[in-house]
Amino acid sequence: MPNGMISFRGVSKRFPNAAQPAVEDLSLDIEEGETVVLVGPSGCGKTTTMKMVNRLIEPTSGSILVDGRDVLQQDPVALRRGIGYVIQTVGLMPHRTVAENMATVPRLVGWDDARTRTRVEELAGIFRLDRELLDRYPAELSGGQRQRVGAARALAADPPVMLMDEPFAAVDPIVRASLQDQFLDILRRLRKTVVFVTHDIDEAIKMADRIVILNRGAKVEQFATPEEILRAPANAFVEGFVGAERGLKRLALIRVADVGSGEGPVVSPSDDAGVARRAMAAFGSDWASVVDGGRLLGWVDGPALDGRSSVGEVAPRPFAATVTARSSLRQALDAIVTSKARMAVVVDEDGRYEGVLSIERISQEIS
Amino acid sequence: MSVATLAAEPLVRWSWVGSHLDLVRSRFLEHIELTVLAVVIGFVISFPLAVYAHRHHRVYAPITFVAGLLYTIPSLALFVLLIPLTGLSVESAEIGLVSYTLLILIRNIVAGLAGVPEDAKEAARGMGYTNRQLLWRVEVPLALPVIVAGVRIATVTTIGLVTVTALIGKGGLGYFILLGLQQFFPTPTVLGSVLSVALALAADGLLLWAQRLVTPWARVRQPVRVRGAA
Repeated sequence: MPNGMISFRGVSKRFPNAAQPAVEDLSLDIEEGETVVLVGPSGCGKTTTMKMVNRLIEPTSGSILVDGRDVLQQDPVALRRGIGYVIQTVGLMPHRTVAENMATVPRLVGWDDARTRTRVEELAGIFRLDRELLDRYPAELSGGQRQRVGAARALAADPPVMLMDEPFAAVDPIVRASLQDQFLDILRRLRKTVVFVTHDIDEAIKMADRIVILNRGAKVEQFATPEEILRAPANAFVEGFVGAERGLKRLALIRVADVGSGEGPVVSPSDDAGVARRAMAAFGSDWASVVDGGRLLGWVDGPALDGRSSVGEVAPRPFAATVTARSSLRQALDAIVTSKARMAVVVDEDGRYEGVLSIERISQEIS
Repeated sequence: MSVATLAAEPLVRWSWVGSHLDLVRSRFLEHIELTVLAVVIGFVISFPLAVYAHRHHRVYAPITFVAGLLYTIPSLALFVLLIPLTGLSVESAEIGLVSYTLLILIRNIVAGLAGVPEDAKEAARGMGYTNRQLLWRVEVPLALPVIVAGVRIATVTTIGLVTVTALIGKGGLGYFILLGLQQFFPTPTVLGSVLSVALALAADGLLLWAQRLVTPWARVRQPVRVRGAA
């Protein structure tokens, strides 16, 4: 029985005239529906590994199973039509319109015009491509648009498996971040099994369900979730490759919801000044969140209450930043270091007070 | 007619042209036929050779060496040398004419195919194009501007060369050029030359127009700005 959607079994690839094998005795199981990112220094064999899945490169030995079937036993042309393929330079057909490009695989496998047209329009919607772009030629598109057309084309015939070779390396950093977010969203929603190649560890951390860190000869140094790789790098190679700021990178992967919020000093506008001071003192704090009927109004501090009889007489000051359960700990940390309160205040989507997060709680999480 | 009387002769004697219109028309058509036949046969020979050379780089040098050798033979000599083999015939004319198209066509077809973006080919292969589909649906369409450029040069060259075949009794408009030279009578020479040049220009323009018609994508270069342009 196969263990996953894509299984490498003792796969090696030796190119003619090469001193070292590009891939040596690689075994790897990729589960259905997960995005696995192959990452490593240039020349580590990550692209070769990926291209053996759709037989653009033939393994020298070993076997590769896709959905339980050995790819070497299949007709390469039929195999490739069933696997989405996206490359760094996109490779759109310059002589075909955007719609024709997206219809490539449906046409190859013989869909009729109506079904193809419907699918193209559906994809344009998924990838937020303006309808007026459909009849344009690729040369008329921006880099980000081309990249989205390339991915839409790869998904056109709804293949269960997608191979993506540095798909965002050729676009500028701002567009890249936005494309990464869109793709994460789309790939999760469509539950595709994705093999994604990059040399950028930060991209790998962002995109992956699991990361394979490869060394020369496609030697697997570690195969784990991004969080685990950052928390417990398997060896010096992984540690070096992951680079500095491991703690910060990990914070980006943990949600406030994963940690939960703690109790903090809270007062209500109807509290009198004495009650408010005691509420602050209970947390060793000189400030408190002002919450009225669940809603966070802002904060007050001790000095502001001097000469006042109740909290309601003071206008609450707004927090510079608040976070929600969906925010990352990295965002929470940012809220902490930029606020005078030295706390991140957690609210829900409707601005209702949930609690606070302290820097001690965050460092406890990653140490 | 002597050289002295030639000096007094007008460049074009329109009455002569008017009385030979039928002959002009038939020679003009013959010129087109010889040209089209040569370019079409040349293309039919060149295309498979060029595709083969494109796929197997080792054979490119020997193929272009042979085609280049043919190209260097002086046209006058070639047509005369062919007479003992194929006589004063269309075959003799076409063997020569076709020979001269090969180098131009093979070089341009290979250059066109070589210029097809590597990423488009890789993507096509990765999506499951067969080699045949890759050739006809990706490589040839994308090579078309360069291939047609070769056909245009070959056509213009052939239209000029056809006149030389007048020496072996063919020649289209070359008949008039030769007639004028033999009789020291400028009218037919000027007529044949002018029509030959006009035909070359017209053929070149027609091919360019046809190429633009079938490759609308080749003129698009500017990214458009629309909503959602990320």
